[in-house]
Amino acid sequence: MSSNPSQGIPLRTIHEFPGGVHPGENKEQSTRTPIATPPLPNTFILPLNQHSGAPAELLVKVGDYVLKGQMLARANGFVSSPVHAPTSGTVTSVGMHPVPHWSGLEETCLVLEADGKDQWCELDPVADYKTVEKDELVQCIHDAGIVGLGGAGFPAAVKMSSRKASKIHTLIVNGAECEPYITADDMLMRERADRLLGGIEILQHMLNPQEVLIGIEDNKPEAIEAMRKVCAGKDAIEVVPVPTKYPSGDAQRLIWLLTGKEVPSDARSVDIGMLCYNVGTLVAIYDAITEGKPLISRVTTLTGAALHQPGNVEALIGTPAEHLLEFAGIQDEQFDALVMGGPMMGHTLDTTAVPVIKTSNCFIAASREEFPPPPPEQACIRCGMCADACPLSLLPQQLYWHAKSQNHEQLHHHNLFDCIECGACSYVCPSSIPLVQYFRAGKDEIRFQKAKSEKAERSRQRFEQRQKRLEAVAAEKEARRKANAEKARRAKEAKAAAGQSAGQNSADTSAADAKADMIKAAMERAKAKKATRAAGTDVATASSGKPARPQLSPKQKELKIQLSVVNAQIKKCERAASQAGENSSPEAEKLQADIDKLKQQQTQLKAEFEAASAPTEAPAKPAKAELSADEKKHKIELAMARAAVKKAERAVTTAKESDSDQLQTLQQQLEDKRRELARCEEAV
Amino acid sequence: MDTAIYALLALLALALAFGALLGFASEKFKVEGNPIVDQINDLLPQTQCGQCGHPGCRPYAEAIANGEEINKCPPGGQATINALADLLDQEPMELDDEHGVEKPPMVAFIREDECIGCTKCIQACPVDAILGAAKQMHTVIADECTGCDLCVEPCPVDCIDMVPIATTTRTWKWDLPKKQTETANLIATDTQGELV
Repeated sequence: MSSNPSQGIPLRTIHEFPGGVHPGENKEQSTRTPIATPPLPNTFILPLNQHSGAPAELLVKVGDYVLKGQMLARANGFVSSPVHAPTSGTVTSVGMHPVPHWSGLEETCLVLEADGKDQWCELDPVADYKTVEKDELVQCIHDAGIVGLGGAGFPAAVKMSSRKASKIHTLIVNGAECEPYITADDMLMRERADRLLGGIEILQHMLNPQEVLIGIEDNKPEAIEAMRKVCAGKDAIEVVPVPTKYPSGDAQRLIWLLTGKEVPSDARSVDIGMLCYNVGTLVAIYDAITEGKPLISRVTTLTGAALHQPGNVEALIGTPAEHLLEFAGIQDEQFDALVMGGPMMGHTLDTTAVPVIKTSNCFIAASREEFPPPPPEQACIRCGMCADACPLSLLPQQLYWHAKSQNHEQLHHHNLFDCIECGACSYVCPSSIPLVQYFRAGKDEIRFQKAKSEKAERSRQRFEQRQKRLEAVAAEKEARRKANAEKARRAKEAKAAAGQSAGQNSADTSAADAKADMIKAAMERAKAKKATRAAGTDVATASSGKPARPQLSPKQKELKIQLSVVNAQIKKCERAASQAGENSSPEAEKLQADIDKLKQQQTQLKAEFEAASAPTEAPAKPAKAELSADEKKHKIELAMARAAVKKAERAVTTAKESDSDQLQTLQQQLEDKRRELARCEEAV
Repeated sequence: MDTAIYALLALLALALAFGALLGFASEKFKVEGNPIVDQINDLLPQTQCGQCGHPGCRPYAEAIANGEEINKCPPGGQATINALADLLDQEPMELDDEHGVEKPPMVAFIREDECIGCTKCIQACPVDAILGAAKQMHTVIADECTGCDLCVEPCPVDCIDMVPIATTTRTWKWDLPKKQTETANLIATDTQGELV
């Protein structure tokens, strides 16, 4: 007695939602045969973005051999989902490939060449989920790549890991499947009711809801029967047939139907203590927990007038649609358009090369008579049928006018973003206005403008921060310059005072004059150089579009640097010598000797530089490469010695200035250093 | 006579009281700067490209507030002109070609193997969207690039290209349905295409 499911079950009030339509169901074509398994295709195409959220991040590279069920790409961020290998084989390429998307654009896909062995990787099932913590199970579901199989592809684990998920009182199981043509969920419930129940029980363990409501449209009596049979004796689980009306399969419409509660506009179902899962998702969760199998296949309906054997198949994710269509006996002469999803919310595909993805619940290979091209759009006659049909009680007619005139404020005002794009309004429109397309365009435009203004705001902030930074740097520079000027002024004053007190000023003034002259000359030289360079650049730009730059080999550069260093040293020595001469110091002769030596060096370097410039770069380079370790060592020593000499020289000059008594020792040191330098030079 | 004097006195007292109140309010609730400049600045695209002849978007916003034409912003295009016209209660006008033409959104791209690391582009970028250091290769932070073109000119080796931002499935957007004019068979009883 109690096994009779129609008895002992309390009558549940069904809360009708407003609007809705009754399009031709066309479901019987694909329910005649059980779920079939098509042969393994040779090639799989796996898009990295089969879910809502961020695309997955690739873990394998081209040429890798992978096993069935192995993770190929991991979730990238919180709202994301991994992708697994649907069979064993080799990754042959990663690149752009057409995917089932409205735009017809290509996306990054991984191409897997099957080896035919279909060999599973090692699976890691949960032995007894009842003893396992909820978080661990959530992680399992996440790692198995399970997303909502009903259509939107929202990662299943994200919904249940929300903080509010601890207060779930009702679990809704969505088996309504209101969209015409599609029978994937129907066949799944008929054939896999026990696994579906297993999935429900796992979620009961995890979320601990008070009741579980399985909503199934009453045009699927076999599915209702099958579900009632397995759920018999389960107190908390109830199978509720709902009247057939499109779009009762929308999660929030189904919640309304079963509980009479409406999810607020800016909230999700979890906010009112409910969670809704598609039946296919629950079976996938069961497989993932008890068998450790990731989501690598799904039930997909193949139907349409151009197919000889329409029906449902267990399609591996990544199977090209053409492979499945061939399996279902496609008749090329009939075939006109390929639609993914149903006729209400689905979209046509430009090519049959697209793969099955996690959200592909149906492929319709339609003939021209079945889906004729849309009649031309007529003027809106303000009949109001769209408003009657809208399941959300929106005003599609108003939205249409505002979308057309791009009046975004009014679109917001009329709650455009509550539109679920079910297409009921377009379906009933006597003027055949593609209303949903207007709404989608309006939504996308608003999102686009929002993104644009957000970016503008960010750019503005960056610009202002940069301005601030530049100002701060400029202010700092100015302050430093002022401080330096102040210091110089003070030093000058002090010097002047000292000079006056010493009574000798003629030498100083002449030296200062000479210095000023030299600076002036240098400035003029620089100016002339700049002018010639500018002229040269102009000519070069005019002729080739690119500034001509003298090509110097590293060797030449090095020599040039050495040459300029020697030049500088000569100048310095000369200056010192002239000073010494004036003071009639005994140093003068020694300095003169130094100058001679340096000049010699200079001529030598010049010769070397010319020698290096004359031949092409080719011989110069290997010469450098041929440096032995010994030579290198010598070179380093030489550089060090040079630095030491410079240092000593500086120390000597400072000592001279301050008339220090250490002058003698320092000079001695300088001599030593110079000798060392000469030794090094010889060694090199 | 007395009545008239009382009335006058009363009016005078009221005038003084309200005058003081207004004077106080104008000090207390003083608006800093010109609020219309901020509103205009919010509508400008913030590319900071200088195509309008001003050094940045804000200076142009200030110029508009002082009566300059609103059609000098090519990156903003017609949409910005319309928004500005709406804000300032002017007639929308065509974009002034003198300052450039409306282009699809662009992003700068540095051919990295040609970059010599001179940092000139880094100094030119108004939004610090180029990363690099002296003698190190530079690269553009594409998400922050406003496509303003300012880095192209200073590059001594011409290794910066402006490339249009490619549409992906994430940035693709629906268009409004097209008018079916190409199928229009202009027979009165069988009009194809839209009747407006």
